Amino acid sequence: MLHAKQKTFRAPLPKTPTGIDGLDEVTGGGLPKGRTTLLCGSAGCGKTLLAMEFLVHGALQYGEPGVCMEFEEATEKLTANVRSLGFDLRELVKRKKLLVDYVRIERNEIEETGEYNLDGLFIRLSHAVNAIKAKRVVLDSVESLFAGLSDPAVLRAELRRLFRWLDDHNLTAIVTGERGDGTLTRHGLEEYIADCVIILDHRVNEQISTRRLRIVKYRGTAHGTDEYPYTIDGDGISVLPITSLALAHKASAARVSTGVTGLDEMLGGKGFFRGSSVLVSGTAGTGKSTLAAKFADAACARGENCLYFAFEESPNQIVRNMRSVGIDLEPWIQRRLLHFHAVRPSSTGLEGHLAGMQKLVKLLRPKAVVVDPITSIISFSGIYGVKSMLTRLVDFLKVQQITSTFTNLTFGTNREERTEVGVSSLMDTWIVMEDGERNGQRIRGLRIVKSRGMPHPRELRELVVSNKGVELLKIITANRRARTET
Amino acid sequence: MKKGLAKKRRTTKSTGSSFWELRLYIAGQTPNSVAAIANLKKICEDQLRGKYRIEVIDLLKKPQLAKGDQIVAIPTLVRKLPPPVKSIVGNLSKTERVLVGLDIQRAR
Repeated sequence: MLHAKQKTFRAPLPKTPTGIDGLDEVTGGGLPKGRTTLLCGSAGCGKTLLAMEFLVHGALQYGEPGVCMEFEEATEKLTANVRSLGFDLRELVKRKKLLVDYVRIERNEIEETGEYNLDGLFIRLSHAVNAIKAKRVVLDSVESLFAGLSDPAVLRAELRRLFRWLDDHNLTAIVTGERGDGTLTRHGLEEYIADCVIILDHRVNEQISTRRLRIVKYRGTAHGTDEYPYTIDGDGISVLPITSLALAHKASAARVSTGVTGLDEMLGGKGFFRGSSVLVSGTAGTGKSTLAAKFADAACARGENCLYFAFEESPNQIVRNMRSVGIDLEPWIQRRLLHFHAVRPSSTGLEGHLAGMQKLVKLLRPKAVVVDPITSIISFSGIYGVKSMLTRLVDFLKVQQITSTFTNLTFGTNREERTEVGVSSLMDTWIVMEDGERNGQRIRGLRIVKSRGMPHPRELRELVVSNKGVELLKIITANRRARTET
Repeated sequence: MKKGLAKKRRTTKSTGSSFWELRLYIAGQTPNSVAAIANLKKICEDQLRGKYRIEVIDLLKKPQLAKGDQIVAIPTLVRKLPPPVKSIVGNLSKTERVLVGLDIQRAR
C-alpha cells in the first residue's frame, strides 16, 4: 500500500526508445529523454554500433533525426562498418535524417599557445543539430579530446559545459567512453553524466565469447541491475532480457496432438495444450527424437508451420532415420511446412543460439517448435547460462502460443528422471523415456512425469517403434511381473 | 602552386622567402579572440612583414566553415601555407610557441 502511494507522487520519467531489440525492455522504455547517457565498455564491445543503431532507429522509426560527432572513426569507415550490419548511413544522410561529423584531432599537428575553449566543437555540434533539427546526438568517443589537447582542466570544464548544453537543448544523447583502470571511463566521464550509465562487456569464456550489458545507473527509474546478454549479428544488436515481462502469457485451453495416438490418450485423450512446453528426456536410443519427429509430423499434418532445430544430426539424416520408422517428413519439407535449422552447438555461444532461434521464429512464425536436443547446447555452456537461456526461450515461445518440444539426453540408469539443469521445472509436460528389458530383449518405456493442467496416468507404457510407426502399449506392467517371475 | 611553393621552401628554408597564409578562427569578440587577433598581428608584423596574409573567420557568423579545417578549440590559427597545414590552438599569448607553430624561428 505504502509503495503504491509513493508511486503516485512520481511523474513518469519521459523516455526515448532506442529501437534496439530488448534494450527498451530492460530500460523500461528507452533512454532518459532529453538527457545524456554514458555508454562505456572496452574496445570492440559494440559501443559505436549501439550508439549508431540508436540514431538509425530514431531516424527511421521514431521520426527523430540524429547527429553523430565521431571522434574515432573516419566517416567512410563508420559508414562501411555500419553498412555491414544492414544500415545505410549515406541514404539517411542524403535524406537529412542523419548527420555525421568526423572530428579529427592530432596532437602532433597542434601547437598550444595560450588560453582556449571548445567553442569550435559547440559551434559544429549546434550547427549540425540545427541543420537537420536533430533530437538525438551521439558523441563517440568524446574522450579522444584528451589525447588531442593537453590541458585536462580546460577539457573537463568544457565537457561539463557540453553535457549541460545537450541537456539545455533537450537532446537525448549517448556519449561513449572506453573502460579505464578501475573506473568506468578513462577520464572519469561518469562524474559528469549522472542520469544513465550503461556498461557493455565483452569477455571470452572457454573460447566462447559472451557479451553482457548492464545498466549501472538510471536516475529516476526502476531498472534491472542484472547483466543482460546481448549479441551482434547481421541485423545489429539484440539485448536478451532474462525473462520477458512477467508470467503474463495466455494459457490456451486448445489441445494439439502429440502425433502418437497412445500418448494423446494418456494426456486426457487430446494431447498437449497449445502453447505449452514439453520436455522429452531419456538415455540414448530411447526414442526421444522419434517422439519429437512424430510431434513435428502431426503439426505439419494439421497444416501448421513447424520449426525443427537440430543440434546433433543433419536434416537429411533425420529424414532418413525417421523414414525407417514410418515417418515421412520429406513432403512437409517440400510443402514448406517443416523447416529444419541445423547448426553445430559449438558454432556460437548460448546467446548467439538464442538470438538466432528467436530470429527464425519471428521470421517463420511456426506453430510448433522442436529443439533436438537441448543437451548439446548444455554441454557447451555453463549450467546457469543454459537455464536462463531456456527460460527465455520457453517464455518467448509461450508468449506467441507456440507449442514446443525439447529433447534432453540423460546419462546412466538411476538418473533418468533428472535433467542436468533442472529445466524440467520450466516445462509444462515432462515425458521420460526409459530403457527396459524383457526376456533378454531391450524395450522402450515411456512415462509421463508431469503434465500441468490435465490428469494423466503415472505408470510406464511400452513404446514400440517399428517400420510401421510408433505405438504405445499398456502392457508393460504385466510384463514386468512376467520378468520378475522368470 | 602549392607544390611549387613546397619545393621552394625546402631549398630556401633559411632565406625566408616563403609566404605565410594564415587563417584565424574565432567565435565572437571574446577576450581570447580579441587577444589572439592582436597577438597574431604583432607577431606577423615583427617576423613576417610583407610575407603573410591573415584571414579571420568568425564561426558564429559562418559555422559551416568549422568542419573543413577541423576546428574544435577556439581560437585556432591554421597555417595553410607554407605546408604542411598546421593548427595552432589558443590565444597566441605564448609567442615562442606561436613561432614554433608557424615555423618562423629559423626563417628569420
